[in-house]
Amino acid sequence: MIGLLVLSIGVYMFTFTGKNLDFVLPRRAYKIWAMVLISCAIAYSSIVFQTISSNRILTPSIMGFDSFYLLLQSTLVFIYGDKTFQALSNSSNFMLSVTLMLLFAVLMYVFVFKKESKSIYILLLVGLLLGTLFRSISSFIAMLLDPNEFLYVQSSMFASFENIQINLLGISTLVLVGAMGWGTRYFRQLDVSSLGRENAISLGVDYNKLVRNNLMIISVMVAVSTALVGPITFLGLLVANLSYELFKSNRHREMIFGCCLLTCVVVIGGQYLVEHVFNMSTTISIIINFIGGIYFIYILLKTNRKS
Amino acid sequence: MIEVKNVSKSYGERVILNDISVSFPEGKIVALIGGNGTGKSTLLSIISRLVKKDEGEINLLNQDVFEMTHREFAKKLSILKQANHPNVRLTIRELVAFGRFPHSQGRLTATDEQKVDEGISFMRLTDIQHNYLDELSGGQRQRAFLAMLLVQDTDYILLDEPLNNLDLRHSVDIMKTLRALADDFGKTIIVVVHDINFAVSYADYIVALKNQKILYYGPTAEIIQEDRLKEIFDLEMRIISHDNCKYCIYFK
Repeated sequence: MIGLLVLSIGVYMFTFTGKNLDFVLPRRAYKIWAMVLISCAIAYSSIVFQTISSNRILTPSIMGFDSFYLLLQSTLVFIYGDKTFQALSNSSNFMLSVTLMLLFAVLMYVFVFKKESKSIYILLLVGLLLGTLFRSISSFIAMLLDPNEFLYVQSSMFASFENIQINLLGISTLVLVGAMGWGTRYFRQLDVSSLGRENAISLGVDYNKLVRNNLMIISVMVAVSTALVGPITFLGLLVANLSYELFKSNRHREMIFGCCLLTCVVVIGGQYLVEHVFNMSTTISIIINFIGGIYFIYILLKTNRKS
Repeated sequence: MIEVKNVSKSYGERVILNDISVSFPEGKIVALIGGNGTGKSTLLSIISRLVKKDEGEINLLNQDVFEMTHREFAKKLSILKQANHPNVRLTIRELVAFGRFPHSQGRLTATDEQKVDEGISFMRLTDIQHNYLDELSGGQRQRAFLAMLLVQDTDYILLDEPLNNLDLRHSVDIMKTLRALADDFGKTIIVVVHDINFAVSYADYIVALKNQKILYYGPTAEIIQEDRLKEIFDLEMRIISHDNCKYCIYFK
């Protein structure tokens, strides 16, 4: 897997370079940096999310982060119109998005976890409902927008590694690596929690704390990666399930490491296709959603047949 | 010694347990009996901290269980609930090894490995220890989970209907195992059983719940009387004796 990753990075970096190496190579290096970063965040958050929700066909996108981000972007464009980019620099947009998404997450957790039931399914349900609400509002706003202004929104509707702000990479790396570092100490407890809530508690895991802290870690990761490249969490469904098939481990440390590598390969490969096969006529999230969607249906059919 | 003092629990309007007080003696098997919905499982869940109580106190060795750390508590008391479906594909050995988690936090030492070996052979699973759980029969799975509990090596073991879905032979097997755990290792075992005859044959004490309260609590021989059983289960029962053992007949 590591070999495959090195290969894909190599191919991405050094083919179709043209003559202007000084321009091309650093640009591509930055993109690879971003792609590796985002891939790891997605791999990590998807696997952990699937463990704590004990469900293999969910990704953190069900909590409504993607649609919240879309709503935010639509609202910004709605307020500022075609002056959006003058009024709000990319980095302040990034900061604003991350802060608001985290705020949204914290509010949701506080409201849901304050109740007696404390079930993660209530949280998912609330997230799903809010997500749909946000999506409807943003499509309503989209209707009100001038077609030219709508183009701004549209560019943020699909994930893309083309217009990543290099100055934001540093801080994102810091935040994501920090979150992952915090998360690694929970890996062994997560292993136990795949036996189910009751067995985990019987084995001395502070289950509520485990779920709460890991949801916070996931929120940070999803918020940062969404603000950086756009809604891409659906990718997690594809890579997480592929990893379960490929690595057949029940240890989170191995599984998450493997899944990170796999995601990097998929993302870099997808980006390569976008750049050199489709000549930029599409974005990576469309390719990923297409392949991921097909795979999703395949999983559904497969689980159906088993039961 | 586990002491339950004035514990109450309700979900919304529905009362599950109403002012329950009971203390469980050391090194004995106590059977919880009663009809459906009398709060047996909830009582077990509250003692093991799976469910929060509304009121009351639960003491383990004179210490409030809700003040103990999760890890400390898991070294003293373990519980097995009815439905166990791990989300991952595990072999018996991998499952049983999780039992050492409170002691080693997932890093197995040589002692841990040895304990796992002992637990597996005690439950007679050595031949199939590398088989996956989803390939096993219900009885084998149940034995695997019991082996995990055994390896956790707690003085107090709580079991919620361990005989569910088991055939007669495996049921007898498991009850004999519990008996051995209490007699040979001094474990305190609290077990929810539906079949009154298993309770009569293997338990030292019986706690009978009805209408969210404890109806009777005492040594098995005291509880097993026709009028009392009728009150507990709302069912006519006849008690017969055979080889100095009592059996309840209620099928017709």
